[in-house]
Amino acid sequence: MTTKTTRVVVVGGGLIGTWTAFFLVKRGWDVVLIEKGVVGAQSSGVNFGNLRLQGRHPGQYPLSLRSQAIWEEIEGLIGDRCEFERTGHLYVAMNEAEQEKLEQHARVAEGHGLAIERIGRDELRRRWPWLGEGLQAATYSARDATANPRLVSLAVARAAQRLGAEIVEHTRVTEVRRNGVGFTVETDTGLVVDCNAVVNSAGAWALAIAEAFGETAPMFAAGPPQFVTEPIPYQVVPSVQAVDGSVIFRQIPRGNVIFAGYPRTAADPVLNRAPVPPNKTLSGMRNLVRIAPFLRSAQVIRVWSGIEGYLPDMLPVIGESETTPGLFHAFGFCGHGFQVGPGVGAVLADLIVDGRTDTPIAPFSISRFRNAVQVSDKLAHEFDAPAAPGGRAG
Amino acid sequence: MPDVVIVGGGPAGIRAASILVEAGLRPVLVNEAREVGGQGYRKPARSLALDINALMGSEAGKYQRLHSLFASLRERIDYRPGTLVWGIHEKTLHTLSDDVAGTIPYDALILATGATDRIMPLPGWTLPGVFTLGGAQVILKDQGCLIGSRIVFLGSSPLLFLAALQYRRSGASIAAVVDTTPFSAKRAAIRDLAASPRTLARGVMYRTALHMAGIPVLDGATPLGIDGKDHVEGVRVKDSRGRERLISCDAVAYGHGLKPETQLAELAGARFRFDPDFRLWLPETDLDGRAGADLYLAGDGAAIGGADAAEASGALAAHALLADMGRPQSETELVRLRRQVERLRRFQKGLAQAFAWPIAQAAALPDETIACRCEAVTVGEIRAAVQAPLGPREVNRVKAITRCGMGRCQGRFCGPALQEIVAGACEAPIAEAGRLRIQAPVKPIPLHAALELEP
Repeated sequence: MTTKTTRVVVVGGGLIGTWTAFFLVKRGWDVVLIEKGVVGAQSSGVNFGNLRLQGRHPGQYPLSLRSQAIWEEIEGLIGDRCEFERTGHLYVAMNEAEQEKLEQHARVAEGHGLAIERIGRDELRRRWPWLGEGLQAATYSARDATANPRLVSLAVARAAQRLGAEIVEHTRVTEVRRNGVGFTVETDTGLVVDCNAVVNSAGAWALAIAEAFGETAPMFAAGPPQFVTEPIPYQVVPSVQAVDGSVIFRQIPRGNVIFAGYPRTAADPVLNRAPVPPNKTLSGMRNLVRIAPFLRSAQVIRVWSGIEGYLPDMLPVIGESETTPGLFHAFGFCGHGFQVGPGVGAVLADLIVDGRTDTPIAPFSISRFRNAVQVSDKLAHEFDAPAAPGGRAG
Repeated sequence: MPDVVIVGGGPAGIRAASILVEAGLRPVLVNEAREVGGQGYRKPARSLALDINALMGSEAGKYQRLHSLFASLRERIDYRPGTLVWGIHEKTLHTLSDDVAGTIPYDALILATGATDRIMPLPGWTLPGVFTLGGAQVILKDQGCLIGSRIVFLGSSPLLFLAALQYRRSGASIAAVVDTTPFSAKRAAIRDLAASPRTLARGVMYRTALHMAGIPVLDGATPLGIDGKDHVEGVRVKDSRGRERLISCDAVAYGHGLKPETQLAELAGARFRFDPDFRLWLPETDLDGRAGADLYLAGDGAAIGGADAAEASGALAAHALLADMGRPQSETELVRLRRQVERLRRFQKGLAQAFAWPIAQAAALPDETIACRCEAVTVGEIRAAVQAPLGPREVNRVKAITRCGMGRCQGRFCGPALQEIVAGACEAPIAEAGRLRIQAPVKPIPLHAALELEP
């Protein structure tokens, strides 16, 4: 048995955990990050890689914009660009009803200072001639970006390690318990860590820790199926998303076109598996050709998915525990965690070091699940039926 | 009657079909190629005047027997030629035929998916003019074409000698046959090789024929690289006495034996174990090829055994399937087939020693050598990723970070070498490097294939 003492233990080495560890060590705090497998291997490493600002939940904009500012400085911060590109994001509507939805999104985004261009049918075809016919309108946000999720968490973990964070892989936290005003964290390898604060960023596996301290959230696990084509000549610069959620795609300069689409599929956090059923691949292919017919002869070479934690109002849990001072939750990012990841890390470092943050996070409190929660209308069409708050993650 | 589907139209698939037909079933036989025969008993393209009997030599009789057997079954099975199975999910095959996606549901499945070349990277191995050994044979048997006019057969495989002879009979000039395993390894493997004296004798005969024809055969040579600017110009080797030699040529047939094509078995739910003799991850089966509920594996796709073992294991899989349907099978026949398969696979174990996978070559590869052809990932990039702080030690993570195995072939060709390079870089046993996992599609499928289907 090895016993260590540190100020903060971060449980979970995904994007949230690694960025939190990074900002804590940057502010001079010592941190031990404990990851059950390897850093960045779960949903943090296999998501679509979109740093989308358009169409976010209104309450999330301050956090999102803080996060984007960090992304824009990523190379200076961690010494690695992780393929960050300010590609822009094109949100497209197929009909007038969808155009109205875009307009609503645009007003919210503009209210937070984001520049949104409204683009009509003719201009769409002129500026992006590879788009299919039959598109009604689009909005374009130039500040939206993309990065390579396969590389980011590992690069952030390395940067945190260089600054003095201890990163412990292949170690599963088996118990977190109160120890005076601090905590004792037990693991399956015999490592025991005493600390003042614990960050619960264990992704789809985070509920066990919350429940040990008498609080919970109706989290369930799902996977976003994603697909990629062989490389073809590079021409699609922005990431393109149909506002009905049927398809989102982007092309990387190497030439591969990455695409995804709802509904999401069931994932098994116990077996740690998120297979992509072939029918999902076929419907994804159909939806992509509809919006980008020039891709009809491109070949799909690979598919993948990951295990993400979802909550019924499609908002994450971020903030200090309601029952236990010193315990901080950040999980259930509902497939939107990649963009906000760095911002969440910065906010948690604020909360832990300063005891407060200037970034509004009230909508993300775990306490909201004490009462009946507003179920997002996204739940109905973005998941395979039955949308599964019953089949929750362990 | 249950829906029984066989994937693969080689000796294992055809033999399985014949047993099922005899039992009164009408199986579906899905074949990726247009013609049956698999790789070994491949039919020349139609309208091509190729003397296949001369090409097949001592195996011509078996070739003819297999194709006649199939002809006699043709109307009694549901035959689907030119059909790729790209996915398996919930007892349904997802197919692609003439670029149109389709499905075939099944109650029981026999996978007889065969094998493909196993190759170790080498400086220059991606130059135009370098073919895999199996690929060189396919081009000859299918199209009657030669890969070049002056050819080096390089690597380590019993097929080196056979292919070189087939090419010579077809008019090619053979610059040399370079075997990277020393002759002493062949003597050491003699006990297992004696399990199939006829095949052993045939191998010795091929070698003698090459000698008689004055073709240089180098044993125990170390390949240093394939040279050429825009095309192959020569092969540099160090011979068994340590002398460096440059053999000029305009084409290279290169390979290190075969590896089972196990992607579909994995999608159908087979479990895998590391086999230290072949240094490959192989699907787990019982003696008769059972690999899970309603799943049977046969032929080289289950374990490398060669054409005769493929036929016998195809028959075994079909008998096992019938027995599991509640139809008792002849125990005498099962015992005979099991013995045959066991004996032939033991012979292949001997071959795996006599023609060894070149582990030392992996360790000695210069950093700039390409490991992944599809994504142009070098050996050095893999080593650097593994050795970096928090570097991955498992091939799927190495793939995520380096892109090795992420391209069109999905690691079918770079996978075995990737395992060696990763294990070597982190000085761990090869089994700890793991194996690349598979998701459908197992081969590329065009987007428009989905358009014909109902949403």
